[in-house]
Amino acid sequence: MLSITGNVLILTILVITCLIIYKSLASLKNKKDVSILPIIYQLNLLQTTLTITTFFVLVAAFIVSDFSLITVFQNSHTSKPLIYKITGTWGNHEGSLLLWINIMVIFSFLFFVINRKNKNYQLYTLIIQNILIIGFFLFLFLNSNPFNKIFPIPKNGLGLNPILQDPALAIHPPLLYIGFVGSSIFFSAAVAALITDINSNYFARSIKPWIFISWIFQTLGIVVGSIWAYYELGWGGFWFWDPVENASLLPWFAMTALIHSILVLEKKGNLINWVILLCLLTFILSVTGTFLVRSGVLNSVHTFANDPSRGIYILSFLSLMILFSIIIFFKKSKKEKYFFNINSKETFILGNNWFMLFYLITVFVGIVYPIFTEVVADTKISVGPPFYNSVIIPVVIPFLLAMAVGPNLKWNKNEFFNIKKFLTLFLLAILVNIFLVMLFKSSSFIINLILITSLFLIFYSLTDFYNSIYKKIKFDLGRIISHLGFGLMIFFIALNSNFSYEKNFNAKVGEIKEFNIYKIKFNGLGVKEKKNYHSIAGSFSIINIKKNTLLNLDPEIRIYKNPETITYEASIKSSAFQDYYLTMSNISGSDVYNIKFQNKPFMLWIWISAIMISLGGFYNLLKKKNKKIIYEN
Amino acid sequence: MKINFLRIFFVSIVFFIIVVFFFSLTQSSKYDTSKMVGKKISNFEIEEFYNNKLISEMELKKSNYNLINFWSSWCGPCRDEHEVLLKLKEINKLKIIGVNFKDKKPNAINFLEELGNPYNLILVDANGKKSIDFGIYGVPESILIDKNLTIVKKFVGPLKPRDYVEILEILNK
Repeated sequence: MLSITGNVLILTILVITCLIIYKSLASLKNKKDVSILPIIYQLNLLQTTLTITTFFVLVAAFIVSDFSLITVFQNSHTSKPLIYKITGTWGNHEGSLLLWINIMVIFSFLFFVINRKNKNYQLYTLIIQNILIIGFFLFLFLNSNPFNKIFPIPKNGLGLNPILQDPALAIHPPLLYIGFVGSSIFFSAAVAALITDINSNYFARSIKPWIFISWIFQTLGIVVGSIWAYYELGWGGFWFWDPVENASLLPWFAMTALIHSILVLEKKGNLINWVILLCLLTFILSVTGTFLVRSGVLNSVHTFANDPSRGIYILSFLSLMILFSIIIFFKKSKKEKYFFNINSKETFILGNNWFMLFYLITVFVGIVYPIFTEVVADTKISVGPPFYNSVIIPVVIPFLLAMAVGPNLKWNKNEFFNIKKFLTLFLLAILVNIFLVMLFKSSSFIINLILITSLFLIFYSLTDFYNSIYKKIKFDLGRIISHLGFGLMIFFIALNSNFSYEKNFNAKVGEIKEFNIYKIKFNGLGVKEKKNYHSIAGSFSIINIKKNTLLNLDPEIRIYKNPETITYEASIKSSAFQDYYLTMSNISGSDVYNIKFQNKPFMLWIWISAIMISLGGFYNLLKKKNKKIIYEN
Repeated sequence: MKINFLRIFFVSIVFFIIVVFFFSLTQSSKYDTSKMVGKKISNFEIEEFYNNKLISEMELKKSNYNLINFWSSWCGPCRDEHEVLLKLKEINKLKIIGVNFKDKKPNAINFLEELGNPYNLILVDANGKKSIDFGIYGVPESILIDKNLTIVKKFVGPLKPRDYVEILEILNK
């Protein structure tokens, strides 16, 4: 029943989407009519309503456990708690693709309704976006249909992978998708801008809020994913340079470059070609990431069941998209001349873009190089943290400096920046760094540099904050929050990576081990029974010899029933200044357990400052809206 | 002219990446050595365990069938398969060559003294690099090679009694 409903809905939406394109093209031909026919609005509304309905039909199938659908059968089970039945909807390839299309359609509708000033631009954006929508709908319908039936109907499902049964994972995909897929709307708008040769200032203003929305959600999505990996995968860190994590960084770098250069376009009308290129690049990179992850070319926790036919479809679609963008860009883009003063804001924003591009290319090479060697030379290599650390970390230092100074410069003017402020704050940063090194003892040269520059950025942002609040000097508060967040994040990451303590050891029940300043006692084991798993829970006492404090940690080994899987749950005690982290795994056929103990300072602050980065964007988005209302009134 | 060159350069890079992606789809994502069966092993030179003499592929041509077994004293499953290897030693048609993999010599000697020496010849691969040419990625693994240096059968993990039966069947064909 639900299968038929779903399939009928998908086909109806396909027809409506084609109609939208047809009607829009007809409306474009009719040059006399300046306004857009109401029928196009109605079709758009219908398309959006039906797409959302389709999604809820699938959610309903998961809630009532309709195992006649293969997708539900493979990813759910009657014994799951309701919340994980619902989140299971997007915890698989087919369902998440439907979510992807939902975001595309909703963004398409909202963009169409909001930007009504230029008919041609509005309609071309709609057409391009709907062509993309058709592409993804066909993919969904022909290759990854969530409404495919299975017969005979199984009594129960195979269950959702236990590592996905987690609140963070319930929100991670939707957040990330709004970022990834949201970029489709400024891809379409950029193509429309090329075709219609629209006023660059209007173009900038029309896509700016969408860039902010996508950027905010993608930043949050990446942070939530990172938090999840920290406590669920038991790797004990915040970033692993895993190829799939990196794939999500690629569009983020492009979007971060875009969020800066759009300001130049908005204020000065410069850089139109560059902004358009970045708009195209962001969505292309989003689809590239999807291709790499979904086709199984990269293997990781994000790989759903591998299916090369999926890869071929996405890659063909991607190639067409790239080909189309290149042709239209080379044909339609106009030559621009730039006159930038070295000391102007524009130069520094362009500098930011070069940094972003550098990171983007580094990470891209890191992802693609192993694939390349495998295809060309049939050798397996892996590019890991040493590569990224040695290439990216030194470049962060000048980046942090530029990030502090840049925003304080004036547009256009060749005015030398405030050298007194620069030197005072730099000196202060060095002093604080010396104090920190004395406090924590050991520290390497590069870490010192990073600490100094990040402190410099923090102080600079704080003075900006002070000036904007008390001296009423006009500053962009959203920018200050984001830059401060970034400075804090790098600062805490540097401290964290330098002062973390980690120890791996084997122990039996009752044993006491001593390392460094810790005494770790393995008290005992217990068995817990839960609705969909049972677990072996260890009990450990950590005694800090120096401070004479006691802490209890109880990691678990969980054995899930449907599907039968073993997961290792870390036991984490977080406090304001440090996390204690302990995982255990049994060594098969013995009563010895392998224990991984970690002391990680400032983990909480890394998360908080990362979230702060996206909050800055959020503030800016809301602020802009307020201004608009006043202006319109 | 200059811009055209840049454009061509840009487009060819993009094109190249897409082609690589297309080919990557056909690659199998797991490291698998089963396709080694039926292939010939290439020429090699490996040191002998006791007297450091260099042994080449000529040594394999002396016998109709050779079983090359990769082992280490630190490897637990190698102990499990030792019984099977000792039993295989009784077959005359088969020459058993052991390759001592990433091991310390005194430990390896102790291992053989404790459990017995099943090998007709022992070679040393102290850093594990030579074994890569045989398609080995861990211990224990064994490969059965005929006179023409063709890999007839590959055993990943410890040899089991049923592997003994299978080897016998191959030899008696």
